[in-house]
Amino acid sequence: MVTLKVNGQSHGYDGDPSVPLLWVLRDELGLTGTKFGCGEGLCGACTVHLGGTAVRSCSVAVADAAAQEIVTIEGLDPEGNHPVQRAWRETSAPQCGYCHAGQIMQAAALLAVTPKPTDADILSGMSGNICRCGCYQRIAAAVRLASTGV
Amino acid sequence: MTHMFEPTVIEPGQVANVSRRSVMKGMVGSGALVLGTSLLPRPALSAWDTGAGKMPGGTVNDPHVYIAIESSGLVTIITNRSEMGTGVRTSLPMIVADEMEADWARVRVAQAPGDEKKYGNQDTDGSRSVRHFIQPMRQCGAAMRAMLEQAAATRWGVPVSQVRAENHQVVHLGSGNMLGYGELAKAASALPAPPVESLKLKDPKSFRYIGTGSVPIVDLHDITTGQAVYGIDAKIPGMKYAVIARPPVVGGKLVSFDASEALKIPGVEKVVEVQAWPWPSKFMPVGGVAVVARNTGCAIKGREKLKIVWDNGPNATYDSADFRKQMEATAANPCKVVRNDGDAEGALKSAAKVVTAQYYVPHLAHASMEPPTATVHVFQGKAGPECVAYAPTQSPGGCRDDLAKVLGIPVENVTVNVLLLGGGFGRKSKWDHVLEAALVSKATGAPIKVVWTREDDIRHDFYHTVSVERIDAGIDVGGKVVAWRHRSVAPTIRSTFAAGADHQAPFELGMGLVDNPFSIPNLRCENGQCAAHTRIGWFRSVSNIPHSFAVQSMVAEIAATLGRDPKDVLLELLGPSRIVDPRKSPEVDSFWNYGDPFETYPIDTGRLRRVTEIAAEQAGWGSALPKGQGRGIAAHRSFLTYVASVVHVAVDDKGGLTIPRVDTAIDCGFHVNPERIRSQIEGAAVMGLALAKHGQITFKNGQPEQKNFDGFIVTRIDEAPLDVRVHIVPAEWDVPSSGVGEPGLPPFAPALCNAIFAASGKRIRSLPIGDQLKV
Repeated sequence: MVTLKVNGQSHGYDGDPSVPLLWVLRDELGLTGTKFGCGEGLCGACTVHLGGTAVRSCSVAVADAAAQEIVTIEGLDPEGNHPVQRAWRETSAPQCGYCHAGQIMQAAALLAVTPKPTDADILSGMSGNICRCGCYQRIAAAVRLASTGV
Repeated sequence: MTHMFEPTVIEPGQVANVSRRSVMKGMVGSGALVLGTSLLPRPALSAWDTGAGKMPGGTVNDPHVYIAIESSGLVTIITNRSEMGTGVRTSLPMIVADEMEADWARVRVAQAPGDEKKYGNQDTDGSRSVRHFIQPMRQCGAAMRAMLEQAAATRWGVPVSQVRAENHQVVHLGSGNMLGYGELAKAASALPAPPVESLKLKDPKSFRYIGTGSVPIVDLHDITTGQAVYGIDAKIPGMKYAVIARPPVVGGKLVSFDASEALKIPGVEKVVEVQAWPWPSKFMPVGGVAVVARNTGCAIKGREKLKIVWDNGPNATYDSADFRKQMEATAANPCKVVRNDGDAEGALKSAAKVVTAQYYVPHLAHASMEPPTATVHVFQGKAGPECVAYAPTQSPGGCRDDLAKVLGIPVENVTVNVLLLGGGFGRKSKWDHVLEAALVSKATGAPIKVVWTREDDIRHDFYHTVSVERIDAGIDVGGKVVAWRHRSVAPTIRSTFAAGADHQAPFELGMGLVDNPFSIPNLRCENGQCAAHTRIGWFRSVSNIPHSFAVQSMVAEIAATLGRDPKDVLLELLGPSRIVDPRKSPEVDSFWNYGDPFETYPIDTGRLRRVTEIAAEQAGWGSALPKGQGRGIAAHRSFLTYVASVVHVAVDDKGGLTIPRVDTAIDCGFHVNPERIRSQIEGAAVMGLALAKHGQITFKNGQPEQKNFDGFIVTRIDEAPLDVRVHIVPAEWDVPSSGVGEPGLPPFAPALCNAIFAASGKRIRSLPIGDQLKV
């Protein structure tokens, strides 16, 4: 049995401990805000915070996530009002929006470490997250806005 | 059977505390309503004729179908189209709300399940949604407004001319009395929809939402909090998770499999064979072996342990490098003539100079961030077998029909619920993934969620075609282009439907080949024989990608040959403002104008000239740039919309490419949501860069060589064009609405490559650019 602490709540998982955290979050705990994109840590759609750090949940075995606090998009802010979330709405960043949970989690982690990022910081910090619709102009603007106050 | 997401069917005319039965009865009593049909004759009120009526299901404008008002005043407006990022789930209901004078803050949007008889055509593709439904939706809203006014007038006992609907209430002009929409809901909904001739559409000047760009997409908040429900997020209690091992080569088949090791993986519960249909068979599943497990992670692990013997079939020798040589050989010789103005052959022979170039665009994968997926339950219902599907699908109607066929049950017993699409780009117009989930559900008796891994998606796509385009342009002694011969060689999408199809269909030829707008007296288009060896499908903007890349690159090549400005040459080739009618050109057969009447949507070179001039002017065309920088321009009409892009690039001394700025002008006629038009064009620049710079699927031994985002490269933020300026040509209601989702893409790659030439002198004729710029 693996015990996970997700968004402040404890959950037990009695299945194969080597499966990626992503599928336990989505399929076992019903936290579908975290998205599947590639399964190889290449696209960032599945980004969550593990012990305060942005990780690709498709590439972390669920057993390895047991010891630390996991935060998903559902738990980023109780009201959905994290500055990054507000900035995202302010800029109408999403098109299809599918990758945006991962984008937001990545941006929130970036700003937690680098509250006043340069444009270069934003581009390098967000370059692991793919958006096929191509919302990058607004993603960059949203991260900048979140860092300067919404 | 309880499903977590009940189908969002709003019964016609539903109001609070009124049963379906009584409403139905009331409507039947009125003697005026036929549910699910277009009550209002189209031509009577249409400002312009469209091809919408020829689509499956046609159009529906009945407010009883699309609008429900609760006694609280909450208005529910149904959208019949799928949301995949264009904003259409917001835009279409916004049209209804504006016309019916609803307060958007009190409007809820509901998604129609697949039912084209009831909701009209639901194929969200071809950049058709607004252009085919803006008129029916305006009529729908106007009819509801009239019904609300009538209900208020009856309540007050005053002539309807004395009342006016305004912002969610009806006002009696004489007394100032007011009744809210909620108070009028029951009476208004029970009225028959008025005849279309009687409807008074709003003066566009009084629109509250249409054209303002002030309404955010309805799912915006939920997207930012992880609450938005995409196809992959569907939940049915008791569902199991499946991944499928599919034949690695199109046309191949399963010989045998051994699941014993897979079944040892913890969490794996069942392994079942998936029925296969021989290629080509439209969107039928290719078969394979499904691993069913308690979660997707276990299913993937189980699949890795399957031992499978495949027969790879006749396409096992498909090799992209060899195939390219064959296509080039075809393009070197005369092909089937598909347009023939004047005498291009003779004019090329007598030309003072001939510029020849050959262009190549490889196969592309859609790679929507949400891969194909579906959650389906096939079960024994009270009245026989039923099927409930939840899917990110662009085509719930066609999907529903095929589910019924595959399962052998009446279509009425099949429900297809449309959830948000995590991107579509044409991939989700094909519903093979939904059929797969149904087959596995039927075989296991459980609700099944099938997820395609990224490798599945990239290796089993309906790929964008691969294309060789050869153009020969003859120039006379005065420097005028007098001859143009364009040979296009590419596998056709028809090959996915019919064995042996080996020439492009009219709908492909009409996307940038035979609709060439240039003012050249001798203009010949040819189409080479080319058989497909994989599944070819629609990819955002389809054949416009290779055709536009070739044509618009060639314009700049001619300019370079003549030592002239590419924009001037482009405008000269576009010629004077006029209507170009390919139907009048010799050898053009069944000219395809995106399925819409040419009379409504002619090829207007004046509009193409205008977007060219706007993009150039806004980009500062002609102003000096530092060494190593350059601008390129391209203009293209597709999906009945006119787009021109100017791309500004910098190429450093190592061949590194950056894009400081893009200016795109778009003329899509009367438009609803300029803010979402901007986002589509911004995104088109990113996707355009992806396909120009990196995108390719190459085949070896019949199989794609790319597997994931490390092989099929898409644009990331650190190389994306971040300064994309969108210039929307203003249009009044008298300019018919045209497409938005796709037309932004075709001009980008040629404008980019023309800019690279201007900056570096390097001409890119073969996509992707890859490392061709490396020094």
